Amino acid sequence: MARPADPRPAPAPDAAASGPTPVRVIAGHYGSGKTEFAVSLALRDAARGRRVALVDLDIVNPYFRSRERAGLLEAAGVRVISSSLGHVATVEIPAIAPEVRAPIADPTTDVIVDLGGDDVGARVAVQLRADLRRRGYELLIVVNAHRPETRDAAGVLRHLDRIAAATGLTPSGLVSATHLLRETTPAHVLAGLALCREVAGLTGLPIRYVAAIPDALAGLPAGALLDRGRPIEAVAVGPHLREDWM
Amino acid sequence: MARVLMKGNEAVGAAAIAAGCRHYFGYPITPQSELLEYMSVHLPKVGGVFLQSESEVAAINMCYGAAGAGARVMTGSSSPGIALMQEGISYLAGAELPSVIVNIVRGGPGLGGIQPAQSDYHQSTRGGGDGDYKLLVYAPSTVQEMAELVALAFDKADEYRNPVMIVGDGMLGQIMEPVEIVERPPDPALPPKTWATTGTRDHPGSRSIINSLFLKPEVLEHHILDLFAKYERMREREVLVEEYRVEDADLVVVAYGTTARIVKSAIAALAAEGVRVGLIRPITLFPFPAESLRRLPDRVANLLVVEMSMGQMIDDVRIANEGRRTVHFLGRTGGMIPLPQVIADTVRHILAEHHAGDVPHVSVGDEKGGR
Repeated sequence: MARPADPRPAPAPDAAASGPTPVRVIAGHYGSGKTEFAVSLALRDAARGRRVALVDLDIVNPYFRSRERAGLLEAAGVRVISSSLGHVATVEIPAIAPEVRAPIADPTTDVIVDLGGDDVGARVAVQLRADLRRRGYELLIVVNAHRPETRDAAGVLRHLDRIAAATGLTPSGLVSATHLLRETTPAHVLAGLALCREVAGLTGLPIRYVAAIPDALAGLPAGALLDRGRPIEAVAVGPHLREDWM
Repeated sequence: MARVLMKGNEAVGAAAIAAGCRHYFGYPITPQSELLEYMSVHLPKVGGVFLQSESEVAAINMCYGAAGAGARVMTGSSSPGIALMQEGISYLAGAELPSVIVNIVRGGPGLGGIQPAQSDYHQSTRGGGDGDYKLLVYAPSTVQEMAELVALAFDKADEYRNPVMIVGDGMLGQIMEPVEIVERPPDPALPPKTWATTGTRDHPGSRSIINSLFLKPEVLEHHILDLFAKYERMREREVLVEEYRVEDADLVVVAYGTTARIVKSAIAALAAEGVRVGLIRPITLFPFPAESLRRLPDRVANLLVVEMSMGQMIDDVRIANEGRRTVHFLGRTGGMIPLPQVIADTVRHILAEHHAGDVPHVSVGDEKGGR
């Protein structure tokens, strides 16, 4: 890794001056890489000096959830909120910690919400809808062209519409997260961006982020991270949810 | 199909359909439910039948019916659900009906937990059902291997007219990995299913009877001897095993499934410091690759069995070992996953004591000291 994966540090708006940042709600087809993206985004922003809370609202799958990395996140200064039973990663009980609303109400904290997969997993966001609307939110749809159900625009749109219907929230951007884990190449990332551009063209949604392992991002050609003239933020992912032996 | 990202559970479903499976009966259970969900979406698209049964008991008996009619049929569950199916599995074995049964193992006993485990080794290889019978049992360690073994399982089930089990742990069911699913229609060399209960139009005057009830003991004994001749053929022909760096090893680890992947991480760490460790990874649990253990070089004085259980496969290691080498054991159970560094530490400990000429240590449990 010769150069940093993210060449353009995002402007860090001063909460006191410009109000709270919108809550970033991460949703998408299950297995797309939502949690890897959410954890990486939280760590990145915390490393930039932001005060970050990560709310793990995945109540549908007891494997590979943000809370599995609570130790890593908290050591980096990220506040992790998950189940009212504590960061218990091994139960499938829809027990949501009562303090999930606290960071949303706190304008000095940036909030990332990691939803469960598909419309089924995203539905729980309904409980927070009023809070999210009050503060402002971005509903970010994670897109992975290597998942069979979202290999084409029609599949992505199907999931996008279902998630919007289930949550009552309006999608506001795409996260291009096409990858093959550690085998991800720049070509995979470019193919994923091409799918997102197609979806962006059909929906008018911006491509807000591209997420991949650092090596794949480093190999992208100049100009790849532009969406109709607007910059796409690159987020290097761990992979944090994978043990070394996986 | 190009390489895609799939959960293990999804890959099992995709591979089954690519192998011509058109019937799936099952009941949801974590950490296996995505298989059932996948089949519910995709089987109807290819003209297949998916049915969520009222229980695992019903599901396995639906498999009996579909298999009896000559269909390629599959069911799946996780440990307690597979326990419920044992009676039906015994009936399938007794009636010689080909079926593929997928067990995505979680911690037990009882309801146990929902995290990965390997504590169903005995349930898979010894039979939880009644009577003298065996299943052909495959234990993949990656999503790709699981997909390939599912395809193979359908052919082997038909070839031997026997239920075949795929044993993966919860991690394999849930993990997302790159996988290529290849269309793999039934092997054309397989004999036609003339025994299936599809009517007598093709063979007037001779009825097909599928049955596991033999009231005359001499007839039942003869039937069981026929079954065991079949199992003997499996022992001769169907053993699958990965032997990894065993040629110059000072110690050999025996592990399967997810655990074998973790062991490989430990082996790499040990190799970096000059410690030579090999791995025998059984891919078939029955038939067990006993020959791989027997032909290890004489220099290997110690075997280390690593399992996500309190030690079940270790019984087959001991049987194959016939007392020649000291068998040590390291296990985590209840959904806990062994760490590579703990495996490496255990290997160092065993080798240190071995070179010191001490008696084999007993701290992690071994043949002489017990657990």
